[in-house]
Amino acid sequence: MSDAKRPEENTPRGTRPVMPPGAKPAMPPKARPAMPPGAKPAMPPRARPAMPPGTSPTGDGKPRLTRKDFASDQDVRWCPGCGDYAILATVQRLLPDLGVPRENIVFISGIGCSSRFPYYMNTYGMHSIHGRAPAIATGLKASRPELDVWIITGDGDALSIGGNHLIHILRRNLNVQILLFNNQIYGLTKGQYSPTSEEGKVTKSSPYGSIDHPFNPVALALGADATFVARSMDRDTKHLQEMLRRAHDHRGAAFVEIYQNCNIFNDGAFFQFTERDTKPHRTLFLEHGKPLVFDEGRKGIRLDGLQPEVIDLTDDRWSVDDCLVYDETNRELAHLMARIFFHPELPQPFGVFYREKRPTYEDLLHHQIAEVTARKGKGDLQTLLRSGDTWVIEPEPAEVTP
Amino acid sequence: MAVFEKPVEVLPEATVLFAGDSGDGMQLTGMQFARATALARNDLATLPDFPAEIRAPAGTTYGVSGYQLHFGSVPIRTPGDAVDMLVAMNPAALKVHLPRVRRGGTLLINVNAFDRRGLELARYETNPLEDGSLEGYQVIPIELTRLTRETLADSGLDKKEIDRCKNMFALGLVLWLYSRPLEPVEQWLAQKFASRPKIRDANLKVLHKGYHYGETHELFAVRYEVRPAHLEPGLYRAIRGVEALALGLIAASHQSGLPLFYGSYPITPASDLLHELSRHKNFGVMTFQAEDEIAAVGAALGASFGGALGVTATSGPGLSLKSETIGLAVMTELPLVVIDLQRGGPSTGLPTKTEQSDLLFALYGRHGEAPLPVLAASSPGDCFYAAYEACRIAVRYMTPVILLADGYLANGAEPWRVPDVASLPPFEVRFATEPNFHQNGEARFLPYRRDPETLARAWARPGTPGLEHRVGGLEKEDETGNVSYDPANHQRMVKLRAEKVARVAREIPPTEIFGDPEGDVLLIGWGSTRGAIEAAVEHLRDRGLRVGSIHLRYLNPLPPDLPEIFDRYHHLVVPELNNGQLVRVLRDAYLRPFVPLNKIQGLPFQAREIETFITELTQA
Ligand SMILES: Cc1ncc(C[n+]2csc(CCOP(=O)(O)OP(=O)(O)O)c2C)c(N)n1
Ligand code: SF4
Ligand SMILES: [Mg+2]
Repeated sequence: MSDAKRPEENTPRGTRPVMPPGAKPAMPPKARPAMPPGAKPAMPPRARPAMPPGTSPTGDGKPRLTRKDFASDQDVRWCPGCGDYAILATVQRLLPDLGVPRENIVFISGIGCSSRFPYYMNTYGMHSIHGRAPAIATGLKASRPELDVWIITGDGDALSIGGNHLIHILRRNLNVQILLFNNQIYGLTKGQYSPTSEEGKVTKSSPYGSIDHPFNPVALALGADATFVARSMDRDTKHLQEMLRRAHDHRGAAFVEIYQNCNIFNDGAFFQFTERDTKPHRTLFLEHGKPLVFDEGRKGIRLDGLQPEVIDLTDDRWSVDDCLVYDETNRELAHLMARIFFHPELPQPFGVFYREKRPTYEDLLHHQIAEVTARKGKGDLQTLLRSGDTWVIEPEPAEVTP
Repeated sequence: MAVFEKPVEVLPEATVLFAGDSGDGMQLTGMQFARATALARNDLATLPDFPAEIRAPAGTTYGVSGYQLHFGSVPIRTPGDAVDMLVAMNPAALKVHLPRVRRGGTLLINVNAFDRRGLELARYETNPLEDGSLEGYQVIPIELTRLTRETLADSGLDKKEIDRCKNMFALGLVLWLYSRPLEPVEQWLAQKFASRPKIRDANLKVLHKGYHYGETHELFAVRYEVRPAHLEPGLYRAIRGVEALALGLIAASHQSGLPLFYGSYPITPASDLLHELSRHKNFGVMTFQAEDEIAAVGAALGASFGGALGVTATSGPGLSLKSETIGLAVMTELPLVVIDLQRGGPSTGLPTKTEQSDLLFALYGRHGEAPLPVLAASSPGDCFYAAYEACRIAVRYMTPVILLADGYLANGAEPWRVPDVASLPPFEVRFATEPNFHQNGEARFLPYRRDPETLARAWARPGTPGLEHRVGGLEKEDETGNVSYDPANHQRMVKLRAEKVARVAREIPPTEIFGDPEGDVLLIGWGSTRGAIEAAVEHLRDRGLRVGSIHLRYLNPLPPDLPEIFDRYHHLVVPELNNGQLVRVLRDAYLRPFVPLNKIQGLPFQAREIETFITELTQA
């Protein structure tokens, strides 16, 4: 959001193509039933402990915080109708539930409409510079592991200028939550195509259509060895809240791509997934240990070799038992699902694609410090200054002056 | 073997230069000689000079690596203008460094390397050992390669391993020549090759061989002795600039109680600071090798936001990358120390050569009105105090600080009097823990409320209940820190930030003058040129000129007492290893006819270059 006056929208509402121009043709249909899906799903993620209403989940007897306690006194200045509002509300509603003392929560963002987010949160926060939030958060989290650090970033912020920092925070696995508000456009700079914009997109900086091939953020995060990768959307706040909660529960870098509507410069970019008419048959909600079904149980996904295909569960040929049972700890399945990307025939997956346990960077860092300290003893400054080859210069005999 | 005593000639000072192929181990050889010299209590200064390529083609002039060392019983201020003894391991080393040797100086030459191929690689058309071009020098030809091979004939090492030991022959011989004991080197070898006894023994054997060679060979009629220097009493150690920087940062962390977070991305010559600090984890030092310089400074700033001492260091191109984040630190008013080990620029420039060409960038290299304190270190040992002071200022004024050092300081070494921890300047930190604003019975925390004396804003660490607040790069409203586009507020904030930095001047101690407190010429220097400038001042005064010099630790703000000092001299000369940067700053600040003296060759000043300039200036 940059000023009150908004230029004309670039694309008509609700008439978006189902796939990005230039997307690969669909896979050939196959009839043979697939092998039963390989890996047996691991334990489902832990359930939250039930909390007596009105008390803090920390159990310290302090009055329970509410959504309001997390709203700062600053006016929210996004355009009316912007998807960012729903995400903000979802986060503010979720935080009281998480049981983290408010003073331990920090939001770090880069630059963009989405990155204004920290100003609206009554927590600690930093609205930093374009693309660098992961770097700043890394220093903060590494030096203060007890803080609960959330990174707010946009598709331009995280994937253009900050692409390098994003992949490195993921591989290092700092225990932070990364919320990527993907609106497939540069909002704050008023509507240029972004690294997630589809090929052929007409924007102010691409009047003849963008020739850039877009990133698939989920696949990118998996490629960077992220330990938690999920996708959600602004218009399904229930699902979004669940994804954010799971991201928070995860110990490690939790990457959540959130489809966010920019109603000013890219309205309807995700309508096929978010609107009532098309959502059921265009989306697939991944759930750990559950068969992949969609369209209100009418359709399922099975694997034909390595190819996912849609099966019709309404006729006698297929049943739920033929569907792929999702296992969010299976890297290969995660990659398969991530590759279903604006596919004309396959529904777009949402949910937790992948999670794994891996030591966090800050744990390793402090563990190493503790280990070296245990081995060498706590450093003594004066001893350190005197270390190495030393020699003593004795005072010279006083000179005799006549 | 019969050992007969040779006469010893006492010298007040000497300059030795070890030079060879970058694979010949000349840096190690030089460092070991420096160590032995320091242990012999000489004052000393060193100048390593190595090629940019890790392993340039053997035998070429651009693959020559050198280590120059100036030591004496008198005060030593520079690595030496003219070399008394050059140890040349091959023709290329002779070719590159002969111009540095004084007429009548000694050339200790490995003649085995002067075969046709060696001469060709160094592009010698005729053999300098035979064509008379070394007349006027004292040439000591030694079959270093052959003698080393002979010594190690039955060592069981292969030829390559044997040849790699020949630097120890040279070292042993030079140690003998300057009457230095072998023990320090022996100990070092024993430690370094503890796990490879065969290599250790071979090196020791060759070292001794070189030493005995001096003792027994008739080529050497005399040996030299440089007596201990008159140094301030105390405990000393030899210290390199990077070591001193690391110690200064650790000391600052220790004295302030702030954990040290050091973010860095490898770059010559700043990498050594990362190497150094990463060894000291038992001081709680967090080192973070980032994905680039932007992440390095970003992480440091993030750590500062969390209440740590956030530090980053870099060189040349890396400073350019950090610029935007430093601006963010100016706006968020968080402490941050950025150490720039300057090197020849622009761009990749001369990565292994020294230069003072980042001063204007440090002062002005940010968009917007973004002043910050800039400090400079003036000697390897001074790096300790400069780093400590940079941290102290950063925290006290809640501001990023740039500390300028350079490749010469980082790699150079000098004897350093170890300070008492108790004697370090106090370094107190006060985090905000309570709301700082009360109105109508309501208590609030205003993150941009300032200390009336320093104008530093309050520093509240995340985790402090009730002080939740947001900072960021958008202009801040005075006191509240809320985003503000108000025109008058912006002007007020720009002025406030500038005034805060200007107030650092109140703490700057009176400027010390070296040499004459008034007279013909005042030399105004900063950074690593101190030794050369002060050596020149001494020599010029010996010749009857009335010359003084001052050396600036604070480049922004400048010390308040400069104008009255300027008044006392006829000429004001500004020597710098750049194309004239401080001189512009001074002209702008004081509107006086400062005279630039610039050297831009990737090398430090020689005192005589400054002397010549001043002599000509005063005669004109
Ligand atoms: C170094 C730098 N370059 C460019 C900009 C201008 N800029 C601000 S936001 C932005 C893009 C934001 O896009 P995105 O991250 O998708 O966020 P959105 O506004 O869409 O939420 C750009 C290019 C900047 N602030 N800083
Ligand atoms: S993302 Fe789009 S709708 Fe939202 S604030 Fe920015 S310009 Fe407005
Ligand atoms: Mg965007």
